[in-house]
Amino acid sequence: MSKVAVDVPSKGGFSFDLCRRNEMLTKKGLQPPSFLKTGTTIVGLIFQDGVILGADTRATEGPIVADKNCEKIHYMAPNIYCCGAGTAADTEAVTGIFPDFCVLCEDMVSSQLQLHRYHTGRESRVVTALTLLKSHLFNYQGHVQAALVLGGVDITGPHLHTIYPHGSTDTLPFATMGSGSLAAMAVFESKYHEGLNRDEGIKLVAEAICSGIFNDLGSGSNVDICVITKGHKEYLRNHMLPNPRTYVSSQGYTFSKKTEVLLTKITPLKEMVEVTEGGEAMEE
Amino acid sequence: MKFVDSFPAKNSLISCDVDSERTLYPYVTGTSVIGIKYKDGVLLAADMGGSYGSTLRYKSVARLKAVGKHSLIGASGEISDFQEILHYLDELILHDNMWDDGNSLGPKEVHNYLTRMMYNRRNKFNPLWNSLVLGGVKNGQKYLGTVSMIGVHYEDNHVATGYGNHLSRPILRDEWHENLSFEDGVKLLEKCMRVLLYRDRSAVNKLQIAKITEEEITISQPYALKTFWNFSAFQNPTAGAEGSW
Repeated sequence: MSKVAVDVPSKGGFSFDLCRRNEMLTKKGLQPPSFLKTGTTIVGLIFQDGVILGADTRATEGPIVADKNCEKIHYMAPNIYCCGAGTAADTEAVTGIFPDFCVLCEDMVSSQLQLHRYHTGRESRVVTALTLLKSHLFNYQGHVQAALVLGGVDITGPHLHTIYPHGSTDTLPFATMGSGSLAAMAVFESKYHEGLNRDEGIKLVAEAICSGIFNDLGSGSNVDICVITKGHKEYLRNHMLPNPRTYVSSQGYTFSKKTEVLLTKITPLKEMVEVTEGGEAMEE
Repeated sequence: MKFVDSFPAKNSLISCDVDSERTLYPYVTGTSVIGIKYKDGVLLAADMGGSYGSTLRYKSVARLKAVGKHSLIGASGEISDFQEILHYLDELILHDNMWDDGNSLGPKEVHNYLTRMMYNRRNKFNPLWNSLVLGGVKNGQKYLGTVSMIGVHYEDNHVATGYGNHLSRPILRDEWHENLSFEDGVKLLEKCMRVLLYRDRSAVNKLQIAKITEEEITISQPYALKTFWNFSAFQNPTAGAEGSW
């Protein structure tokens, strides 16, 4: 009689059980499952009163669209927002307040900015966010694949920066990042000029994002815009929806009749509510 | 843009000494060519740069040429391969003229000839390392097509090669329309060439625009585009962020 060995679950730590099998599969040519990337178009420009950021809303997992309407414009501070291209988890983790599997809680830049605001009692400056982000990314030597467009208005004026995965930064009047950056930059290079007003700026940003959406396969769906001016910000989520669902069946869906229902009886569960009257205060 | 990618050198079917008889990588390359159809015919634009890797070695390379009476060809990629192609086309047109039958090869025919040539070379693992744009007018019919180095060919109202596909096609898709006038067509091409000049590292500010209509073929003299670098943000870019760039 053959005995089957029983797999005892490991007590803790990393389990190396599958490493040999993964190596064997890679040798045979199997690609490991790709992580969620935001093949993207993100843009920013400086107009006369402040900064406008724009982004598309498609998140891809290889050739598949994983999220049709994701948010790529992340909050950093009340006066500073950041668009992220690259691995979705990375951009969320680097900028966001939720802990993610990539990064430790302490490194969340927006949390750090909040603490700094409490400490100093002043509005955050864009250069602070810039330095925190670039130090973080440099620390990870490019392994945190987040390419960011950071924009905001602080006491020193409007600022727009791009941050690359290895930690280098640029200070620009208009910027584009992501796979759709060339299509969007073509629009900016031909139409940007200084002294744009708010409506012209929003129109130009929307045009650049649309150029990315329609000419780049990694970008698509809708246009998100964020307008930041001195003391005021407007997050226009889904400002433009240039890809509506065109064909919807007017009759809806009907399923063919299955088994016949003979009897319907509803029995409500008895409610059990305990009311504590004048409970004692918690002891220290 | 992928011109310096080398071919799979370790192909077990082809032995080492045969490698010297195949094009492995391009050396002197031209950058994008853009073409659009307009009211009276076709307009092509290309700059005059020939890059040797990362140096802009040659700055007077004519990359737009007339072919017969009815067509214009523009090429990006390896310049020596383009010269080969022109040699073959010369022979083709010569033989066509020798028939002396009142008929002449139109752009559609030349495009097909180029496609077959490129695809056949690709099948022998010895490609002509070019992306070509072929435009022309014959009997009132406007024609604009493109062939890549692996034989991918198609025709459209506006085409581009190389970086032009990423930077110019979006603009053309937005702003091209049927029945552009000559001035509007040139303005549109200049807009695209300007973006390429700003954003393509192998572009030079010396371009030619070629026009082909039913009546005539003209290739303009080389000229330069006006560029604008005076954004106030460029004057002192790190005013708010000391120490960055």
